[in-house]
Amino acid sequence: MGVKIKDLIAAIDGKVLTQSVETESIVIEDGYVSDLLSDVMGNARDNQAWITIMKHMNSVAVASLAGIPCIVFAKGVQPEKEVIQKGEEEKVLLVTSELSSFEICGKLYCLLNDLKK
Amino acid sequence: MKGSEAVKSKSIPEYWAIKPGFEEEIKKIINERPEPEISLDYEIAENDYVKTGKASSDVKFFLKKLGVNPEVLRRVAVASYEAEINVTAHSKGGKVTANIYSDYIIMMFEDYGPGIADIEQAMQPGFSTANELAREMGFGAGLGLPNIKKNCDGMYLSSEPGGSTTLIFFIYYEEKSYAAK
Ligand SMILES: Nc1ncnc2c1ncn2[C@@H]1O[C@H](COP(=O)(O)OP(=O)(O)OP(=O)(O)O)[C@@H](O)[C@H]1O
Ligand SMILES: [Mg+2]
Repeated sequence: MGVKIKDLIAAIDGKVLTQSVETESIVIEDGYVSDLLSDVMGNARDNQAWITIMKHMNSVAVASLAGIPCIVFAKGVQPEKEVIQKGEEEKVLLVTSELSSFEICGKLYCLLNDLKK
Repeated sequence: MKGSEAVKSKSIPEYWAIKPGFEEEIKKIINERPEPEISLDYEIAENDYVKTGKASSDVKFFLKKLGVNPEVLRRVAVASYEAEINVTAHSKGGKVTANIYSDYIIMMFEDYGPGIADIEQAMQPGFSTANELAREMGFGAGLGLPNIKKNCDGMYLSSEPGGSTTLIFFIYYEEKSYAAK
C-alpha cells in the first residue's frame, strides 16, 4: 500500500521534469532524504521517493543504479537539461518543488499516514 | 582468470571481508581461476563524474538479461558504482574488469595510484579524504567502502602509499541466509 506519485506531486505542487517517464506505475511507500550520494546508495530502496537538493548527473546515476524510481528536488532546484535528459533515458522520474526538503517530507508523511486511517 | 594476478603477494597491505558461508567458494575461485563466460573491460578517467558509472550500468543491464533478481542487481550496481567513483575521485584513473559467470560476478578495479595510506582507516564509516570537487558532486561521506563491504559476498582491497589500489568483489546471484539490508 502506498501513495500514487501523482498524489505526492499534487501535494507538494511539484513540476514533472521528465515528461516521457511514465508515472502511473510509481507507487511510493516511503521516502529518503539525503544529499550524500553514498548514504543514499546504502539506504534508499525501490519503494521510496528520494528528496534532495543534489542536482548533478550523478544523482540520476545513483537513482538508476540503486533502483530508486523518483527524485524530488527541493527548494525549487532545477537540474541542467542534460541531467533531465539522462533521467528520461534511465526512466527515473524527476520532479521539482518549491518546498523545502522538510516540507516535502511532511507532506509525504501525512499522505502515507492518511492511508493507514 | 583474467585480472586475478591482481591478488598480489603478502608484502602489500591487504584487507579481506567475506560473508559467512562464502569462504570455501571464494577460496576455490582464487585457486582454480575459472574462465568467465563474459568479460567486460572499461577505463575510468580521473575526475570524470559524467562517464564514470558506465561499467556499473552495463553490468546491471547484462545481469538483468541473465535473469538475476532485482535485489542482487541493486547490490552489484551499488558496489560497482561506489568502486568506480572511488577510482575517479581518489586516483589518477584506472580500469575495471567485470567477469561474469553463470552463478556469480567478480569485478576488479585497479588504478594508477597514489594508493591508500591506511586501509583499516579507509574502511571506517565516515573516513574520507575526498576533495572539493568530489564533495560538490555529492560524494565524500566516507561510506563508499563500507557500502561495498555490506553489499558484496566477498571483498578484497589492497593498496600501499605511492602504489596502485586494487579492489575486487564477488557477488553470487543466489542470496544466502544473511540479510543484505
Ligand atoms: N582507489 C582509491 N585510491 C586512493 N584512495 C582511495 C581509493 N578508494 C578509497 N580511497 C580512500 O578511502 C577513503 C574512504 O573511501 P570511501 O569510498 O569509503 O569514502 P569516500 O569515497 O571518501 O566518500 P563516499 O564514498 O561516501 O562518497 C577515501 O576518502 C580515500 O581516502
Ligand atoms: Mg567513495
